[in-house]
Amino acid sequence: MEKKSLFDKIWDAHVIQSIPDGPDVFFIDKHFIHEVTSPVAFLNLEKRGNKVMFPERTVATPDHNVPTIDQDKTIKDQLSRMQVERLRENCKRHGVELHDLGTDHHGIVHVIGPELGITQPGMTIVCGDSHTSTHGAFGTIAFGIGTSEVEMVFATQCIMQAKAKKMRITVDGELGKGITSKDIILYIIAQISASGGTGYFIEYAGSAITALSMEARMTICNMSIEMGARGGLIAPDETTFEYLKGKQYAPKGEEWDKAVAHWKTLKTDEGTVFDLEYHYNAEDIEPMITYGTNPGMGVKVKGNIPTTDGMNDSENKSYIKSLDYMGFKPGESLQGKKIDYVFVGSCTNGRIEDLRSVAQFVKGKKKADNITAWIVPGSREVEKMAIKEGIVQTLEEAGFKLRQPGCSACLAMNDDKIPSGKYAVSTSNRNFEGRQGPGSRTLLASPLTVAAVAITGVITDPRDFIEELVQEK
Amino acid sequence: MAYDKFEVLTSRVVPLSSENVDTDQIIPARFLKATEREGFGDNLFRDWRYDNEGKPKADFVLNDPTYSGKILLAGKNFGSGSSREHAVWAIYDYGFRCVVSSFFADIFKNNCLNIGVLPVTVSPKFADELFSAVEANPEVEVEVDIKKQTITLLSTGSAESFDINSYKKDNMLNGFDDIDYLLNLKEEIVQFEANK
Ligand code: SF4
Repeated sequence: MEKKSLFDKIWDAHVIQSIPDGPDVFFIDKHFIHEVTSPVAFLNLEKRGNKVMFPERTVATPDHNVPTIDQDKTIKDQLSRMQVERLRENCKRHGVELHDLGTDHHGIVHVIGPELGITQPGMTIVCGDSHTSTHGAFGTIAFGIGTSEVEMVFATQCIMQAKAKKMRITVDGELGKGITSKDIILYIIAQISASGGTGYFIEYAGSAITALSMEARMTICNMSIEMGARGGLIAPDETTFEYLKGKQYAPKGEEWDKAVAHWKTLKTDEGTVFDLEYHYNAEDIEPMITYGTNPGMGVKVKGNIPTTDGMNDSENKSYIKSLDYMGFKPGESLQGKKIDYVFVGSCTNGRIEDLRSVAQFVKGKKKADNITAWIVPGSREVEKMAIKEGIVQTLEEAGFKLRQPGCSACLAMNDDKIPSGKYAVSTSNRNFEGRQGPGSRTLLASPLTVAAVAITGVITDPRDFIEELVQEK
Repeated sequence: MAYDKFEVLTSRVVPLSSENVDTDQIIPARFLKATEREGFGDNLFRDWRYDNEGKPKADFVLNDPTYSGKILLAGKNFGSGSSREHAVWAIYDYGFRCVVSSFFADIFKNNCLNIGVLPVTVSPKFADELFSAVEANPEVEVEVDIKKQTITLLSTGSAESFDINSYKKDNMLNGFDDIDYLLNLKEEIVQFEANK
């Protein structure tokens, strides 16, 4: 029998038609939408006289441009307000479930999907947002699409794409103290580069991956796109089932048993040949931070910025341009550099475990005076848990304040913008020029590293505070 | 019919040699607030094109009157990052119909094909050749022929063929898009869904 990878199994089960020398007609189980990439899709859908074919397969939430304070008031920015209002109208008109601002399950689309149990193993999931890859943590094929494709899914529940090539990244071994899943993924991207995954769908495997919690797995799959990969996934296991059990939209009773029996078959056959494989050792991974303007430009927090040795002319030019933007020099050490802002949040690291590790770290300490801190929960659910567990109080005692859920400074479409020229150490996923506001300088790192920076005011390896360290599970 | 048909394009070229140009540079997030697909061209490469006061930066290629044309010649790994189709809308709206690079990011390339901007992947060597030719003489023209799948530097006759699958090729030639195709499969789709 032909050996199949997990990716093959899910993909092949969703192909309605294969066009010779063309794409597959690919069925989508779940479609997430938000206020920014859906309005034009709805507009074009209506212009062509089409309807949403299966409205119950789409779920909406406004997250990208919403304010993170005073969410109960009218949104001040006129254009943002229009997009959110348009989303409400469109959902109502087309019968799409909406988790609106201020309601119990509002939040970043990639945080609420898993939290509600909407995301389940074996599914195909798309959203007009590249970090849809987050859902791959559950053993799904999940990826970002453009607005034309959002319209396709509305009209036909399908998109047309050629199957990606398959890559497997295996990380074996045990992570050291103070080293998190964010460090694993920043380490991998630094090895493979920001374009090294282009054309591939990645399966993550190995003992260091299966030891991770669901939330930590989501952090890894989330950033697959930062290597250029279409998405990433991890085979479902007991950790996955445990997480999903009892969630609002997860199957119940007999249905649950049936579902789990099926989910257990979702794994790569032994002996499957991948188009490309990489192997890493967890023991080689240390706390990581980026110094440049793409996520592949990462080093150990205790390391130095690479020199230009061995680069050709055009590489050299792009590299120096990037470092100029950041105000850094080749060969420099990063430790001890003064930072102005920290951001904890986003669909990469805005979940409860992230807030827990930050709170545990800063407990009994004080925020550095030079730091402005934005801590933004990924969802209302996360916010509620943070209040219940006393995290909010711990944060406040240390001089921080928890804001309200949304994408916030991850892409700075709302008011949470890092001013031009200022440095931000951020738990989000992109350090592109201007990503966090025009002229902003972003360094990506784990929540623990961000917490260490928030306390010292400068770039710091969290392991310098060894007694506060909590082992990520 | 979703967009203009595209068969042969002969045009001058605008060169942008930076590598790893991501979609946040092509169109910064703060310009994604429209609810219609119009007017994005004004904000194409916004932060490279204009300073904080909104004055054009003289050293950016789109502000340099020496260069014009419907073909954008881009550096390696063009269009990485966000899946925002707005990036391609901005490129289209500005007046480009074709982007040439030695390497494209995946989602970006897909988005291009969906709205009728042709992404042409060339070898690094041919890309260098194009950059040098345009640098030496901004008036040189390039011809892109979808039917023959060739890209030709007209001043020297140097040419290369490029890949495009026959389905997308037909779409570009006829100005059809995927939705036209999918709507014809409605019954199969309903059947498939019912068996889920
Ligand atoms: S948090 Fe950032 S990456 Fe995630 S969905 Fe929002 S904008 Fe996209």
